[in-house]
Amino acid sequence: MSIAMPKPSEAVLSRREEIVSALRVIVPGEGVVDATNEMKAFESDGLTAYRQLPLVVVLPDNVGQVSRVLKYCHENDIPVVPRGAGTSLSGGALPLEDGVLLVLSKFNKVLDIDFDNRCAVVQPGVTNLGITKAVEHRGFYYAPDPSSQIACSIGGNIAENSGGVHCLKYGLTANNVLGIEFVTIEGEIVRLGGKHLDADGHYDMLGLMTGSEGLLGVVTEVTVRILQAPETARAVLIGFPSSEQAGECVASIIAKGIIPGGMEMMDRPAIHAAEDFVNAGYPRDVEALLIVELDGPKAEVDHLLTEVEAIAGENGATTTRVSQNEEERAAFWAGRKAAFPAVGRISPDYYCMDGTIPRKELPKVLAGMKAMEKKYGLKCANVFHAGDGNLHPLVLYDANAGELERAEEFGNDILKLCVEVGGVLTGEHGVGVEKRDLMPEMFSETDMNHQQRVKCTFDAKHLLNPGKVFPQLHRCAELGRMHVHKGEVAFPDLPRF
Amino acid sequence: MSQLRQAQQSDQSESRTYAPHSIEELREVIAAAVSEEIPLAVEGTASKSGLGRPVQAGATLSMRNLSGVTLYEPDELVLSAKAGTPIAEIEEMVDKAGQRLEFEPNDYGPLHGMGPGLGTLGGVIACNLAGPRRLKQGAARDHILGVHAVSGRAEAFKSGGRVVKNVTGYDLSKGLAGSYGTLAVMSDITIKVLPKAEAETTLVLRGLSDEEASAAMAQAMGSPAEASGAAHLPALVAKRVSDGTLGSDPATLIRLDGFGPSVEARASHLGKVLEKRGKLEHLHGAESKALWRDIRDVQPFADGTDCPVWRVSVAPTVGHSLVMGLRRHAAIDAFYDWQGGLVWLRMEGGEAEAELVRAGVKEIGGGHATLVRASEQVRAATEVFQPQPAALADLARRLKEQFDPVGVLNPGRMG
Repeated sequence: MSIAMPKPSEAVLSRREEIVSALRVIVPGEGVVDATNEMKAFESDGLTAYRQLPLVVVLPDNVGQVSRVLKYCHENDIPVVPRGAGTSLSGGALPLEDGVLLVLSKFNKVLDIDFDNRCAVVQPGVTNLGITKAVEHRGFYYAPDPSSQIACSIGGNIAENSGGVHCLKYGLTANNVLGIEFVTIEGEIVRLGGKHLDADGHYDMLGLMTGSEGLLGVVTEVTVRILQAPETARAVLIGFPSSEQAGECVASIIAKGIIPGGMEMMDRPAIHAAEDFVNAGYPRDVEALLIVELDGPKAEVDHLLTEVEAIAGENGATTTRVSQNEEERAAFWAGRKAAFPAVGRISPDYYCMDGTIPRKELPKVLAGMKAMEKKYGLKCANVFHAGDGNLHPLVLYDANAGELERAEEFGNDILKLCVEVGGVLTGEHGVGVEKRDLMPEMFSETDMNHQQRVKCTFDAKHLLNPGKVFPQLHRCAELGRMHVHKGEVAFPDLPRF
Repeated sequence: MSQLRQAQQSDQSESRTYAPHSIEELREVIAAAVSEEIPLAVEGTASKSGLGRPVQAGATLSMRNLSGVTLYEPDELVLSAKAGTPIAEIEEMVDKAGQRLEFEPNDYGPLHGMGPGLGTLGGVIACNLAGPRRLKQGAARDHILGVHAVSGRAEAFKSGGRVVKNVTGYDLSKGLAGSYGTLAVMSDITIKVLPKAEAETTLVLRGLSDEEASAAMAQAMGSPAEASGAAHLPALVAKRVSDGTLGSDPATLIRLDGFGPSVEARASHLGKVLEKRGKLEHLHGAESKALWRDIRDVQPFADGTDCPVWRVSVAPTVGHSLVMGLRRHAAIDAFYDWQGGLVWLRMEGGEAEAELVRAGVKEIGGGHATLVRASEQVRAATEVFQPQPAALADLARRLKEQFDPVGVLNPGRMG
């Protein structure tokens, strides 16, 4: 592990037995796991390069237990790492040696489906796809669809503000959550929002909680917007002799006022890896491939397909294929959705990055990555949420050949380039431990201090998920100090504006 | 002695206004206010000064000189502007490029007797405004990508960025949206813009009761028609929009917008479903736009008075029950947006009746009631915003202390 985690507290480690006993009182039965072999399953999340056994695993099954566990940990200064399904790609649920791992997987019930108000109330352990499954008999679905949707939980989606291929049109998790119930580290149960919209005159705590990576509170109930599924969806595969032309095509589509349901781009190495793996029917003789999906009423989809085909032609497309039925549409997507495992077949290991850039900077960033391939002697395959500029470069390496460090440096350079061209470190995977130490590339000390003041609002003792997101957590008392004091500030002449 | 203090002492009747030209000057004004412990009333053009609790300030911080669009890239769906930029200027600019602000910010000017088109981008974001399209596309907070701001600690900071997909660090932009200028003063704001619709049609069902309208709107919103507005104007309210052209019969309105062939197909399909519920009419293009603008801006209650008006957000299907319940105790005029979940209430008796309204909201399962129009005297004596449960109020107080420990930014505005 190449990242420094907070030093474990000796005081906590030495009291392990006592802590386990106390937790067993709060969560009776099999809800407390302390045997090493059983805790193994929880030692990492989707970012498997990092592993750590927790102090103890607790699996509560009601909000009262969550509240009492947190209150106990708060009173006893024990760190807590919340975990949903453990699919984080940034190490958000990486355990701490001296921390309780609070697993919400028993919160797996759909509590209320309200079609007239177009919302569903679920427990946080329900999977993303599970929400859609619960409402699809009436033609509804839950829009954000991260690739891990079959496994990832809605609670984790809130922690990470998860996206997916459809978020340019339908928004991220933050735009689709109406309310939550959460528990503070002090054990207070707080409800935000519900079936109504917008808490006018209240701070947007829901907005702050969403994407807070488990550092502010533990979500115990979620109300989400559900939507009527589009009447039709059709995809078109468009091949280009260069990535630049593909990028131009994306810009032209949007300039025409078209916001496709999904718009994905793959480069040649990714196309070949995917085609070898699933035979999706992708053209092999192109440098870049776009998958554009149009969804909505049939009349709209037909109309826009014609437009998109014309735009593709104007931008130098060499192949264009429209899906003629659902099977074909699924096949078009199968290649893209299998891109990660497909790359996994051609390389012993790969490192997936997640920067977002202003789309117009794509040629510059792709050229930069080409130069980095040479510099590091490693290959890179690219899949890309083209509509919103979210890149997923996959750096190919072999850990057994000692290439991990080089791959991480390669990845870091990519992210630095993303920031340099006006983009950001992470579009949807979160900061976690993985990108924690890169935060200063994007934020000044003052920027991060203001973010940490939110942390201090919710968790002044820094007990919830420490070691994630922020390279260094300042003590709240230190952050609380005002650097402007009455009479001390040099302020001779306030200008007359 | 600083000029802030001098200003306060030299002119008790009319407090001094500071209007910085740069983020550094903005920071200096706030630093001075902190140093002297002089509370600032933060404003753009003061067009929303009638919203929230009255602020007891020693000086005014005006953002009017921090104005102008600094970046607009239609192909990237992104626009950045200084906080004091008139929202009308931004709307005109994006309109020329075939785009719009998807959250359709409402304009409180007419309701507050100030005339339309006066607000600024900073004000729109700080009050988290949103119009009828909120139901489908979100509020201001859903379209803000990044901010530069100066907190009540007189420190300049940024959050977010200029790309639409970003989860790097905490989303302070959302925290500032809807914070009524009480945490930090935004100086630069980046928002997402989207293509405007090529065509627009409104289906108008006539003669429904509030309850029937609620069912019709739920059916429309739950269909694949992708409606971007669902409102109900009861009898007599209907004639107070669109210069009376709608007539006085109750009107239940479903807005469809998008590409021409799509709107046509959806209107035809949804029309067939809805016409079983009542007499169906159609409004197209400019007529439809004018109608929704009036609903957005609460035109039916823009009567030049300060007779109390509430904006109540509840679960859509129970909005009409709230109104029915309240009518047993008070004379009220009401109409509905957001599928019935946004209830605009005018208290005909002239009293705000806060306890009555909030008890009504509680009875139907909870929500938020905001007193959006009342005299300053009434707003000073009433909890303008929905009171928060203790644990939440405690978090709000702590957040305020973290960002504005001395309490110089709009103290008391949020209650």
